[in-house]
This record gives sequence, C-alpha cells and structure tokens, in this order.
Amino acid sequence: MSFRILIVDDEPAISISLRFLMEKQGYLVETAANGQEALHKAEHFHPHVVLLDLMMPELNGIAVCQVLRTNSPSPKIVFLSAKGRAEDIEKGKSAGADAYLVKPFAIDDVLAQVELLLEATETP
Amino acid sequence: MVDAWVVVLIALLYFCLLFGIAGWASYRAQQGKSLIANPYVYALSLAVYCTAWTFYGSIGRAANAGLHFLPIYLGPTLMMLGAGIWLRKIIRICKSYKITSIADFLASRYDKSVLVGSIASLIALVGGVPYIALQLKAIFTSFNTITGLQFSLNAPFWSDGAFYITLILVLFTALFGARHLNNLERHEGMVATIAFESVVKLVAFLIGAVYICYVIFPNISSIFGQSLLQQKLAQLWVIQPTSYADWFWLTLLSAAAIICLPRQFHIAVVENVDEAHIEKAAWLFPLYLFLINLFVFPVAIAGKIHFAASVNPDLYLLQFPINAHQPIISLIVFIGGLSAATGMVIVATVALSTMFSNQLIMPLLLRIPKVQFAQKGNLTGMILLIRRLGILIILLCGYAYFKLIGERYALVAIGLIAFAAVAQFMPALIGALFWKNGTKKGALAGLIGGFLMWLYTLFLPSLAESEIISPRFLQEGLFGWAWLKPYALFGFDDWNSLSHSLFWSFFVNVGLFVGVSSITKQSKVEQRQARAFVDILKSDVLQTNALVSGKVDFEDVQNLLVRFLGRKKSAMLLEGKKEAYQQSYAQNAVIAQNELLRFAENQLSGVIGSASARLMTLSVTKDSGMDMEELFLAANETRQMMQANKALAAHTHTLAELTQSLTETNQRLQDLDRLKNEFVSTVTHELRTPLTAIRALSEILHRHKDISESQKQEFIGLIAQESERLSRLINDVLDLEKLESGKMHLRLETLDINEVIRAAVQSVQSLISAKEIHFVHFSAPNLPAISGDFDRLVQVLVNLLSNAIKFCPEEKGEIQVKVRKLRGNLEIVVWDNGIGIPVKEQKAVFDKFHQVSDAQRGKPTGSGLGLSIAKQIVVTHGGSIRVRSKTGKGTSFAVILPIKS
Repeated sequence: MSFRILIVDDEPAISISLRFLMEKQGYLVETAANGQEALHKAEHFHPHVVLLDLMMPELNGIAVCQVLRTNSPSPKIVFLSAKGRAEDIEKGKSAGADAYLVKPFAIDDVLAQVELLLEATETP
Repeated sequence: MVDAWVVVLIALLYFCLLFGIAGWASYRAQQGKSLIANPYVYALSLAVYCTAWTFYGSIGRAANAGLHFLPIYLGPTLMMLGAGIWLRKIIRICKSYKITSIADFLASRYDKSVLVGSIASLIALVGGVPYIALQLKAIFTSFNTITGLQFSLNAPFWSDGAFYITLILVLFTALFGARHLNNLERHEGMVATIAFESVVKLVAFLIGAVYICYVIFPNISSIFGQSLLQQKLAQLWVIQPTSYADWFWLTLLSAAAIICLPRQFHIAVVENVDEAHIEKAAWLFPLYLFLINLFVFPVAIAGKIHFAASVNPDLYLLQFPINAHQPIISLIVFIGGLSAATGMVIVATVALSTMFSNQLIMPLLLRIPKVQFAQKGNLTGMILLIRRLGILIILLCGYAYFKLIGERYALVAIGLIAFAAVAQFMPALIGALFWKNGTKKGALAGLIGGFLMWLYTLFLPSLAESEIISPRFLQEGLFGWAWLKPYALFGFDDWNSLSHSLFWSFFVNVGLFVGVSSITKQSKVEQRQARAFVDILKSDVLQTNALVSGKVDFEDVQNLLVRFLGRKKSAMLLEGKKEAYQQSYAQNAVIAQNELLRFAENQLSGVIGSASARLMTLSVTKDSGMDMEELFLAANETRQMMQANKALAAHTHTLAELTQSLTETNQRLQDLDRLKNEFVSTVTHELRTPLTAIRALSEILHRHKDISESQKQEFIGLIAQESERLSRLINDVLDLEKLESGKMHLRLETLDINEVIRAAVQSVQSLISAKEIHFVHFSAPNLPAISGDFDRLVQVLVNLLSNAIKFCPEEKGEIQVKVRKLRGNLEIVVWDNGIGIPVKEQKAVFDKFHQVSDAQRGKPTGSGLGLSIAKQIVVTHGGSIRVRSKTGKGTSFAVILPIKS
C-alpha cells in the first residue's frame, strides 16, 4: 500500500504537474478541480495528505479545510496559495492547515513538505 | 604501351567490380547489416575530394609551380580540425530537416525560399559541369597515353571512348544513385563503391610513385639532390613572397570547397550514417590527404629531370611505367586515375541531380497551375524519372563541355574555376551556422553578386582564353573601359587571376550578404529557422517546420505522402501514427496537428526539397486565415528556453521581476483607494497562477531527464500555453492602466464604421467558420463618418465578437452585427443566440477580472479584462456600452459612438 495524496486545484496545469511529482514519489494520487469535488473524493479516497488551493470559485480552500478537519482520521492539509502576506498565512493556519506554501513554489519544497507530514503519519 | 583492347577489357572488368560492390552493399543494407556504418568508410568516402585532378593534376601543378600544389590540401586539413563543430552542426541540421543538398540547406535556412534553392542549384550546376568534364578529360587523356593511340577530341561522339564511359557512368549513377525514392537520400551501394575507389586510387598512386622514386630512381634523396643542381628545378622549392596572397586565397578556397562542393556536402552530410564518425574522420581524412600527397613533389621533380618539356606533367605518373615498358604498373596507375575520376563523377552527379530535381524542376512543376502536377495521383515514378533524366542531362553536359573546351585548358585550371564557383556558398553557409541575422534577401544578393563577379573575373575569361568568346575584353576591359579589365578590376592587378577573382567575388558576396541582411527583415518562418540552425547544438532540435492554424485531416496527410513516397513507403512511415495522432489530438489539437504536418514536411523534404515540401504540407491544411505565427513565436521562445535548462532560471526570474515591478507600480495606486488594492491583489494572483505552473513544469523537465516524449510534449505545451496567458494578461493590464489613467492617446481619424467591423470580423473569421456559426452583418445605408482610433475600435469589436463566438452553441450558433444611426450617435449591436447572462451578473460583466463561471465550460480562458478594456476604449471615445441578455436566449452588446461633428 502506498500513501494517498489528494490534489485540489482549479488550474489543470498545476494539478498535472503536482500529480506527476507525487506519482514519481510512488504515492497514489487523486485530483479534484473544485471544493465540492474535493470533499466528495476525500470521502472515498481517504487521503493522507491534501494539497489544497486556497482561491477557488464557490467553495474555497478555507471552507474545504474546515470540513476535512471534522473527518476521522483527518488528513494532513497543505495550503497552496498565490496569496503570500503574513495575514493570509495566519488565516490559513488558523483554519486548521498543517502547512502553507506560497505560489509559485519550488517543487522541492512541496516534496519535502509532503514527506515531512507523512513521516508523522502511521504506515499506510 | 598497352593494347587498347586490354585497357578496355580491364576497365570494363573494373566497372563490373564496382557494380558488384555497389550491389552487394545495397543487399547488405537491406539485410540490416550495413557495410558503411563505420568511421573508416566515412573517412574514405570523404576522400572523393581527391579526384583525377589530385591523381594527375597535383603532379602537374607541382611541376609548374612547386610547393604551390599544397594549399589545395591544406585548406581541407585545417577545416577538419574544426569538423567537430561545423560539420556536426550541419549534419544535425540536415538530419532534423531532412535536407538533401547544399542548395536545399541554404533554401531551408533562408525563408524556405525556392529562389535561394534554385539560384544555389544553378551555381552548383554551372560549377559542377566543368568539373565533371575535367574528369572525363582525365580518363580520355590517360587512355590515349597508355594505349599510345591519338584519339582526337574532334572525332564524332560514337567513335569516342569517353562517350561510352559517360554512358556507363549514367547507368551506374541511375542504378545506385537513383534506384528508388529515398526520403533520406542515402545510397549505401554508392558510398561503399566510393570508399572502395578511394582505396584503389591511393594504392595505385603509391604503387606508381614508389616505382618511380625507388625503381627508376635509386631513392627520393637522389631525386631531390639532382633537383638542387639545376637552377630551374631548385626554384620549385622556394615559396616566393609575392605568392603569399595566392597561398592564402588558395587555402581559403579549398577550405570552402570541402563543404561547398555539392559532392562533398552530399558525402559528408547527406550520406553520413552517424555523427560520431566525424571524430575519427577528422584525422583519418587529413591522413589520407597526406599520404596521397607524400610523393607528389618527388614525382614531379623526377618527371622534370627525366622528361623533355613536351611531355605533359599531368601524366608523369603514367608516362614513367609506360616508357619503362611496365604494362602491369601502367594499368594499375590507369585504373587508379579511372577510379579517382569515376568516384567524383558518380557522387557529383547524384548530388547535382538531386538539386536539379528538388530545387529546379519540382518547384517549377508544383507551381505552374496549368500542369496541375500537385493534383496528380502517385508521383513517385515521375520524381524518379526526373532524377534519372537529371543524371543523363548533367553527364551529357559534362561530356559536351569536355568536347568543347577540354583540349585547351589544363586540368588544374578547370578544377579551380569550379571550386571558385561553389565557394560563393560560403558566406551564406557560415551565416546559416553562426549568424542569426542573415536574411533571405541578403543571401540572395550575396550569392548572385559573388556569382556574377566569378562569372566576369574568372569564367568568361577562361572561355575567352580558349577563344570560345572574343578575348578582346580581356585586354581592353568591357566596353573598352580599362578599369573593367576582368583580371585587373579597378586597376588592381597585384595578384594572379584566381586570387584576384576570389578577392572581388568574396568582397562583393560578403558585403552584399551582410549589408542587405542588415537593412532587410526576416519573416517569421525565417526567424525560427535562423534560431534553430544557429542553436542546433544547444538544445534538442526545435522542430518548427509547419505551424498552421487551420484544420488538418490525417487522411489528407496520408494521401500526400502516398503520392510522393509511394504506398509501401508511406504505410511504413505512418504505421501506428494514426492512433498516436488521435491520442495527442485529444490532448492538444494544435500541437498534434503541427506535429503531424512537421513530420510530413520532413519526410517530403528529402524527395522534393524543403521549399516545395512546405508548400505541399500547407496545401492540406484547411482555412489558415488566422495568424497563429505570432502566437507560436511567443510559445516557441518559451519552449526553447525551457529546453535550454540554464536560460530557464533566468526566464522565471524575469517574470518574477516583472510581477514585482508591477506590484511596485501598483503600490502607489493601492494607497489611493481600496478598489485599486483589490485590483493589484487579483493581478498578482492571476500572474502567480500561470507562473506556478510554468515553474513547476519546467523544474520537472529540468529534473527528470527520463520523462517520456509524449509527456514532455504535453508539459512543454502547457508551459507555452501558460506563458501565453501570462503575456496576454500583462498586455491587458498595461492597456487598462493606460486607459484608466488617461495616458492612452487615441490616434483619431475619420472612419467608416463598417470598415472597422469588417476588419474585426476578418480577424475572427476562422473561429466563426470553425464553429460553423451563421454570421450576418446589417448596416443602415449612408451612415455618417465617425472620428475614432481604428485599431482600438477593432479591438473592441474583436472582443465582443470573440465573446459571442465563445458562448454560441456548436453548429446552431448565430451572430448578428447591426449598425444604425440613433439620435446623433451610431449604434453598433453585436447579438448572439448563446447561453446568455443572468440578470444579476449583467452589471458585473464590465468589472475587472469578472469571468462568467460555468461548470460545463470549466476555467474561462480570457484574462478577465477584455470587457473592461472595451468599455474604457468606448468611454475614451466619448461613447457608452451596455448589455442586454436573457438566460438561454442570447446576449446583445450595444456600443454607442458619437457621430463626428
């Protein structure tokens, strides 16, 4: 069994690149293009880590994060956001995210962050 | 002397051997066990450089001018030192674009221009035919010498041995040089034969020379010793200070010849199996030149000592064993000369006939509408016939030239004249490899100018000296003007005629090439080719051939290939392609179509030349009204950068800097009000989003070299797409900023509004046709003129029309544009029957970054600024814009513009 990663972003190009990276690491990957889909997928897929875009139409990242937090077991959540001001980061953290990465990110940072969070998780 | 029938028999046996080798090598190639795929055969085949002119002529030249025969070999030797760079570049370019001749190479670089290709081909033919004649002459003369018969040049052709040899060469060349159509234009049988002939001529030369130096004379030092005793012979050892310039020009000339001679280009580039072979050839070929020249000087001096002045020095090598009654050695030398001559003739004819067919005849046939050549069925037979006819015509021309002028000119002079003609390719060739700014017009001007100078200062004088044309202009200059004397232009007569001619032709050629290039512009096709050629070693080849915006059907491409390559060959090439095409088409239609066309163009290039190939592939695309060139240029720039990994970091950095400077610029606005603040935040977000994708994807490409080709293409496609989005966004933001701050100055002129509408419709016509939208343009009669900025108003209408097209249903779409006069104003209504805009959203459509979100359509594609810009433009014109819409029924935008008072 491998670790499961859910990627939530409304930009196909970003999802595609993240999916490639995660799959190269040997993780199982699902993607969702909006908040509704993300919640729906999370129910069946039980991801260990969710890479979550903050700015999405309708159901945004903060809302998705709050719902996911109530799941049990709750996945680790990494926000990916084009907003990089200190108050943005604070807002994200207080919504219950485990990490916050500012776009455009270095792929190494994403990989390292995911690995770090998975270390804290039990075996898949 | 040797009996004529013996000589003829041996020669025929030798030809049979050549046919045998060629046949065997072709057979082996079909079995997949190539004989020629190694660096030794490659180096030997390069030695086709050494023709009969080397075999006999160097001795003649050494006997007359001493060490002055050396520069002809010095040039190539020096050039081979750098072969790892220039030759590798040329080979890689030619493999990438399926280029099959030097004329095609120049045409491909300079705007895929048919004119460049045909002019270069004409120059090659004019220079090549005398050179072929020279080989025939060598065979003819050596045959006379060895048999002691005195065949006259004036004999009718049917009683002339040289004529029959020409026919044998036609047969051989047609068989092994144009047997079937080959999109790579490679001929294993021919190359094997040429390599074999190189061995024969070298061995024969060495046997003859060793026999002279060590059997007839005791050893070389005694030959040299005797030479020093005679004042006249001792002179041969000295390099006169006055001839330094000649040494320079001759070295330069032969350096150029090693790649500019069509046959050298053909054997070194087109027939190259593996570019790794260059490494060994870079020293093997100079070694060959060294060996074949080793005994030239001793033999020349030996001949001078031994023979009376009446004996032709060109034939010393043959004359010694004949006089010593050594028929075996005489025959060996004769066969060596024959092999040197035939090798050259075969390759040169193949190279020239390829040009003749691809650069001269095909473009002609494809362009003359009456012939309707392009529409005819299977063309492979026709193309082969043209090739073979070309071979026949070229060889017969060579034969005719030999009959006409052969007797009167020394071997070496004809050879040098031919060298000087093709050396005119050099500036354009070097430009193609190292200079991105050369233009088609520059190359044409240089080629033509240099060629005309060559014609006037070298070729016509050679005809005059043979008294084929009146020699008067030699002494008196053209029209009796002394400064036009062909050997002393502008009174410049310090050098010999060859150096003089080279100086002037190169001066004019380089001057025109650089000068005209710097005042003319490159087309977009040419810009891409220029970059692709110069940077060929830096990155994977950037394939940029076709690039069209229209629709391409796989079947059309298939039919095209079948017509030019035949059913079997194209079936082989297209195996599995269709499925792959459909797959990639689903991912990205534009990239997939262009891949397919590029593939087809490359395959066709080998058969009909690059210019014609482009013409043909463009013919299968339907409706290429929209100019996608611009878009692709931008995309390709990014692609190139991504592939050149280092530039990548810089690129991202620049974009990041741009974001930053934009943020800074807007910081001031931010202080003004909260609205602006929001705007900046959104712009930043909008910039960062594509930037994120670009950065991640390019880091992936940088990191994972093992990534599959299709995935690589997908990622590069995404990078291009996101970069395009980024630049569009930046442009829009800048436009809007200018408009809102009042810095945009309208270029007002008196306009007919229907002109504006027509211009706008034209630029979206391809989108309208692609979606099969029913489009109508109504206009009230006698509308008054308005005052406005043409380009800006077109921009507004293009935006409205694009939106309308975007939201129209497939196939049943309708768009109407109506213009009428309305109370001192003009009203332009753009109506569509699309999905409509909900009432609550109608007010917001003109807001910045407002985009209609629609689950079925996924992400909106625009920057979200189009309507804001349109509104600002209209407002700046003193007009207004409003929207009316009903969900599901359609939308209409009305633009009101004041009539010019």
